[in-house]
Amino acid sequence: MKILVPFKSVPDPYAGAGAAAKSVINPFDEIAIEEALRIRERGEATEIVGVTIGAPAVDEQIRSALAMGVDRAIRIDDSRALDPYAISRILRTLVEREAPQVVLMGKQAVDDDSNQVGQMLAGLLGWPQATFVSKIEFLDNKTRAQCSRETDGGIEVIAISLPAIITTDLRLNEPRYVSLPGLMKARKKPIEVINCEQLGVNVHPLTTTLSVASPPRRTAGTRLESVEELVTRLKQEAKVL
Amino acid sequence: MAETLVLIELDRQRVKRPSLHAITLAQQLGGDYALLILGSGVAEAANSIISYGAAAVLVADDPALAEPLADRYASVIAQATRQQGAKRLLASSSTFSKDVLPRAAALLDAPMVTDVLALAKVDGAIAYQRPMNAGSKLATVKVDGELCVLTARATAFAMPSANGAPCLIATFAFDAASLPNEMQFVSRELRASDRPDLAEARVVVSGGRPLKDSETFERLVGGLADALGGAVGATRAAVDAGMAPNDYQVGQTGKVVAPELYIALGISGAIQHLAGIKDSRIIVAINKDADAPIFQMATYGLVGDLHQIVPQLIAAIQKT
Repeated sequence: MKILVPFKSVPDPYAGAGAAAKSVINPFDEIAIEEALRIRERGEATEIVGVTIGAPAVDEQIRSALAMGVDRAIRIDDSRALDPYAISRILRTLVEREAPQVVLMGKQAVDDDSNQVGQMLAGLLGWPQATFVSKIEFLDNKTRAQCSRETDGGIEVIAISLPAIITTDLRLNEPRYVSLPGLMKARKKPIEVINCEQLGVNVHPLTTTLSVASPPRRTAGTRLESVEELVTRLKQEAKVL
Repeated sequence: MAETLVLIELDRQRVKRPSLHAITLAQQLGGDYALLILGSGVAEAANSIISYGAAAVLVADDPALAEPLADRYASVIAQATRQQGAKRLLASSSTFSKDVLPRAAALLDAPMVTDVLALAKVDGAIAYQRPMNAGSKLATVKVDGELCVLTARATAFAMPSANGAPCLIATFAFDAASLPNEMQFVSRELRASDRPDLAEARVVVSGGRPLKDSETFERLVGGLADALGGAVGATRAAVDAGMAPNDYQVGQTGKVVAPELYIALGISGAIQHLAGIKDSRIIVAINKDADAPIFQMATYGLVGDLHQIVPQLIAAIQKT
């Protein structure tokens, strides 16, 4: 079984305020990479291919993915501000070329928070999808997967035929740290660089971010000294009791 | 025919109230709108939404739609959008709409904007405001093309009024046999609870890691929520530590809430959690760490030990 893991470089969401955030693999995609590795480690996958879209600067995150254990990687050389639908259309051509049984990816990127690409890719390919997944088991000689999904109403379990798209939620696993031998090995692993023209896909983003602002901040209110004071304030000032 | 099609979400054949808030976005966008519901045995649900000013309620009712499986749902939604000649397809943000609508957008060859908070006008054209980076940034986005798909944050749009003239209920006919059939529903966790739904509650009480274990969590967080008739939420840390179920999680990747009163017990205030609560009207923080970031945004702060304060608070509320 071959697993394709699309991943995105994002500014480190855990960087301290004020510090210039360095780029990291989107945490949800890192969970997808970890899951692919575990599937291979229990003998159910033979190859893990990573793919990302971006300028040469994202090679650093590609090396991190390879150091975790991804076998080979593809960078689609495109530095435009693409939207999720354009990204999905690019990934579709790559999925058709690589023909994986499973595409495993994060449910959303923590910078854009759109939560669209996996589902759109599934729609374009006509493949089943399991989104927001916290558990994956392969069934019937790896022709199907049973997935637990985190929904607003609690855990839902579905079974899907392969090939399929699976998007990962937080509780699927805890990604491993990159080891030194992993880093050494990663240097020798191949990174293929290809552009949209070579892939034969012509996309233009249909959504454009016109501006980005800081939302109004809440300001700190009043420090209170006692439970009695809190109850009084909630009753008389806030009128919520 | 309607300019905008609003997908309404059901939970066991009943309309989920937050999903109705998307109607308010449809009204702000202007033009006529139709409501769409999918399910099996949903005549009563359809009847319950005829007075929201829509041109029609469109009903796709078939045993094949008993469970919200994304492949067949997206197919029916895309067919209905085309049949209506709609320019916009929208729904309130939820795990349901986020699963199904991007797939429908791909079938419709349309772009999508997630979590719309407000409309803006830029050079005379409609643009959409949406949160990014766990709500720490607010983007203004424009969309090109004939058709676009939107999800609306329910907390950013008011409940629409239900005093319109009753509209027609129309059956949306489709060929169930030709729907995709490669996804099967297996099971759903059912938890009986008398507490209100997190996304709809007027009061939410949430707990963080200092609650220590599920028993203490239930006694303090659950106890205070019950005294106030509220819902229970949790931080990611509390959920990961097994104190509360996954769907209690409030924040960037969990639920976004905006109740009248949000009480944070032992929550320090990670940005991912604050992203999910910052539109609450009143925020009360109770934490023993006087420097916890949550105090920077709380309406009322109380520094002290939860184990002493919360039982006192419960007793005081019960007396009122």
